[in-house]
Amino acid sequence: MLPTLAAFAAFFIVPFIMGIYLSFNKFTTVSNAEWIGFGNYAKAFSNSDFLRALGFTSLFTVVSVITVNLFAFLLALALTSAVRGKNVFRTIFFMPNLIGGIVLGYIWNLIINGVLANFGVDISYSAKYGFWGLVVLTNWQLIGYMMVIYIAGLQNIPRDLHEAAEIDGATRFQTLKNVTVPMLMSSITICTFLTLTNSFKLFDQNLALTAGAPARKTAMLALDIYNTFYGRAGWQGVGQAKAVIFFLIVALIAFAQLKITSSREVES
Amino acid sequence: MELSRKKRLSSLLFVVLVLLAALFLVPILIVFLNSFKTKFSIMGSPFKLPTKETFAGFENYVSGVKSAGIAGAFGRSLFITVLSVLVLALLTSMTAWYLVRVKSAVSRLLYNTFLFSMIVPFQMVMYTMTFVVTKLKFNNPVGIIFVYLGFGAGLSVFMLSGFVKSIPLELEEAAEIDGCNPVQKFFMIVFPILKPTAITVTILNAMWIWNDYLLPYLILGTGNKTLPVAIQIAMQGAYGAVNWGGFMAMLVLAILPIIVFYLFCQRYIIEGVIAGAVKG
Repeated sequence: MLPTLAAFAAFFIVPFIMGIYLSFNKFTTVSNAEWIGFGNYAKAFSNSDFLRALGFTSLFTVVSVITVNLFAFLLALALTSAVRGKNVFRTIFFMPNLIGGIVLGYIWNLIINGVLANFGVDISYSAKYGFWGLVVLTNWQLIGYMMVIYIAGLQNIPRDLHEAAEIDGATRFQTLKNVTVPMLMSSITICTFLTLTNSFKLFDQNLALTAGAPARKTAMLALDIYNTFYGRAGWQGVGQAKAVIFFLIVALIAFAQLKITSSREVES
Repeated sequence: MELSRKKRLSSLLFVVLVLLAALFLVPILIVFLNSFKTKFSIMGSPFKLPTKETFAGFENYVSGVKSAGIAGAFGRSLFITVLSVLVLALLTSMTAWYLVRVKSAVSRLLYNTFLFSMIVPFQMVMYTMTFVVTKLKFNNPVGIIFVYLGFGAGLSVFMLSGFVKSIPLELEEAAEIDGCNPVQKFFMIVFPILKPTAITVTILNAMWIWNDYLLPYLILGTGNKTLPVAIQIAMQGAYGAVNWGGFMAMLVLAILPIIVFYLFCQRYIIEGVIAGAVKG
């Protein structure tokens, strides 16, 4: 009990509060902080790297959330039908999820560069390659995970609902649209939330796959914050301000999601 | 007629799934195959199978392990991961039990702060946390275990609390009447019941800590590198002179233990994912 609280206070609560305080300061080490009000925030919002990272991250997140959930849902449907070898397929599809972000990034770096080598370029040639590389990587990593959650959700739908729909003469598509999807809403909410926050906070994969190349065009928010902290002398305060903005966006997404979920729960 | 159509559809689906499964496995397979190729035959033609000329045997494993201090990094990662998850499971179980059973404004506030910590992105606290850790001299392979305790507490306490609530209070009261002190009560009654959830929490934490890069990089630096840190350094620190063969061997060494771990306790991992998702 006490060690948990001590560790939690020392390594989370204290740094969190210090972080908010320092975002209003200019500093190079924590001990020489000097209050400058909203100066860091002004700098962050006029920093083209930050704005580009925000745009890149948002676009990437939207594309990933849609593709990951669509594929994961289709796979879950397939694996809950009467097909052979379900367990083997589930095992295989889930596997990439166990691999760490850095390793994932380098695996795909090797593969994508191997393909692009045929055209005489590599992944740092265009931001487009980096973007779609990250999308493919994220799909490969997360589809299995979300699929498992969708399968659990599908198995929880009472069988008689489908039978009733069949007796009423519903087509397959009608059953899917009017029975399966509504009954699966809580799984859909969870998976959307997980892919949303995962994609938005992506760091390791980004660092290993492109490290922002070319010219920081594929740097996502987390990587841009990291670069501001450790790559630019005198900009630590701006880095911290960016981090606070980043935190507020993530908190907002989480809060909005929570609200939507709870309003749905009232309905059902 | 209807039946045969269904059968045909199902075998078509089977074929599609086999193709997809192959697609999912190929990236891992490519790394594995390349780890047996000579280092100059990897970049540019990663998709070629090793031939007589390019087959390197275990040479990459020898050179990769030697050059980058991978053996040390592997041991360190194992040490940190195992101890961290054990400490987390035991101590956060106690915390969860305490927070659920002692109903006060303070315990509610603490519980909510733990929940809150789950949504705070690491970048928000990484700079100041590194400062505190260095100040307190926790920047070593033992100290980092307590840093993981602090960072992992949110999810673990949250998942375990949900389960503590379902333990009937009568059980604990009966133990009290039988003369158990709180410590005995925890170890003899509460913890055994919590075990399934504790295992789930442990697996989720193990996957996180084994693969974690930025936290150990910031705290332990390159002197006490963990496996993900060693991999990143081997790539970035080499300035163009990357030993691709050794690098592939490193990737295999990072992947293999988790895959083996997964194949052995797959059931728990999948259950853990579902439980984590439903609660989170």
